[in-house]
Amino acid sequence: MRFMVLVKANEDSEAGIFPDEKILAEMGKFNEELVKAGVMLAAEGLHPSSKGARVKFEGSKRTVMDGPFAETKELIAGFWLWQVKSKEEAIEWLKRAPFDGGTEIELRQVFEADDFGANLTPELRKLEERLRAKIEAK
Amino acid sequence: MTTSETHRVIDAVWRIESARLIAGLARLVRDLGLAEELAQDALVAALERWPEAGVPENPGAWLMATAKHRAIDLLRHNKLLERKHEELGRELEAQERTMPDFNASLDDQIGDDLLRLVFTACHPALSTEARAALTLRLLGGLTTDEIARAFLVPEPTVAQRIVRAKRTLSEARVPFEVPCGTELAKRLSSVLEVIYLIFNEGYSATKGEEWIRPSLCEEALRLGRIVAELMPNEPEVHGLVGLMEIQASRLRARVGPTGEPILLLDQNRARWDWLLIRRGLAALERAEKLGGALGPYALQAAIAACHARAHTPEETDWERIAALYDGLAQLAPSPVVELNRAVALAMAFGPATGLELVDELMSEPSLRNYHLLPSVRGDLLSKLNRMDEAREEFERAASLARNARERELLLERARACGR
Repeated sequence: MRFMVLVKANEDSEAGIFPDEKILAEMGKFNEELVKAGVMLAAEGLHPSSKGARVKFEGSKRTVMDGPFAETKELIAGFWLWQVKSKEEAIEWLKRAPFDGGTEIELRQVFEADDFGANLTPELRKLEERLRAKIEAK
Repeated sequence: MTTSETHRVIDAVWRIESARLIAGLARLVRDLGLAEELAQDALVAALERWPEAGVPENPGAWLMATAKHRAIDLLRHNKLLERKHEELGRELEAQERTMPDFNASLDDQIGDDLLRLVFTACHPALSTEARAALTLRLLGGLTTDEIARAFLVPEPTVAQRIVRAKRTLSEARVPFEVPCGTELAKRLSSVLEVIYLIFNEGYSATKGEEWIRPSLCEEALRLGRIVAELMPNEPEVHGLVGLMEIQASRLRARVGPTGEPILLLDQNRARWDWLLIRRGLAALERAEKLGGALGPYALQAAIAACHARAHTPEETDWERIAALYDGLAQLAPSPVVELNRAVALAMAFGPATGLELVDELMSEPSLRNYHLLPSVRGDLLSKLNRMDEAREEFERAASLARNARERELLLERARACGR
């Protein structure tokens, strides 16, 4: 199964200030461990929200709001995507990450085909089949 | 934390730590079987103590220290203690004093130990099944039960296989080491073969009702990714990883809603896993950048990449695929490769060209019971509008297919040829 590990923003990350060399080195080592263990699928860090934007949907109306956004702690600063065998394995890996100072890191399981397999109702299955037939006909 | 919660944590810790633990112990005691027993003892100790005492802060180091103590005890109390063992015991104790934190020891050492573990578990003295079971157990950290379920064989069979494999290694006095020189290339291909065998058993199950078993593919991919980091300068390791990543990217798309197989060209490409494709292409690039002619796995990865790069089936570069198969046929000639080359030729230059090559393969003894030969021939014949012959071939293919889902698909194609 796959887990996404979500790293939240803080004042520094929103200000575009990079962590110091020591933390970067520790993080680099941790990332290396993940790669060596065959766990790491992807890892990305995000620019501050000042470089981002939001689009609001209301009926047919689309409103674009440029960053930065105020609620710093709700913002995402980066993520990992891990391939593991269980939630516990993901947690064990996360516990080894070099965070400190009360940082909270969230991990969330990624939906995969299998998750739908048994739950897919006959109606949904038919819909999917029709969809597939349509795509094939193209 | 309840006992069962702690047990799940221990499972996870075992998954992460067991290979390093066994590899490190095997270097110390110079016996893979004994090393695994010691590691298992440490696991049992964790199962006994952690539910009450809590999970230690550095669980890997705890397991290693416990296993080492067991090793020392075992050697001390062994009445048949040989001088050699005494020396070993002293060596262990000395290491215990100088190196209390296993995790603090050099990363290089761990890498070397793991590499020794890989090569020993995949030693040619063992049967392919034994190598696969031992690799999943020692490097993958899977339990005997998990391996048995993965390969759809009874658990005692796998347990026996592993016991015998360890005995064989010990009797043949297989040294716990990484082969060097010319031996390395040969032994590496044995390692890659085992990983790809595990992958294929998941990707195209030869037994049972299920057509694919993704968890087995994931295990193989994990093993491949680990070995790729252990041997970053071996292009074929990256070739194999690239091949597996790209093939695995199609797992979701190659099974229909009722579990039936969907052929590559009929797949909904939006359902391919583009993250794995990107990883696969990157692995192939790593193999290419290391220079030299592409090996068999890298060539197959390059073929898979041709499909992955095509956003629609019509965009597929069949001429390049035919050329790559030509290269593969020269490097690793086999009737199965020829059959694939025939398919590529048919797609690039028309079904008649492909059929010519397929007809040549009809007398090939090793393909006599291979269901894909009549399946491909049936496909080409139907494209040439020779429906009666095509139907016969599909029926023959169905009678040879071992997988239930595949058989259904072939019978359906036979029916589609009409009467």
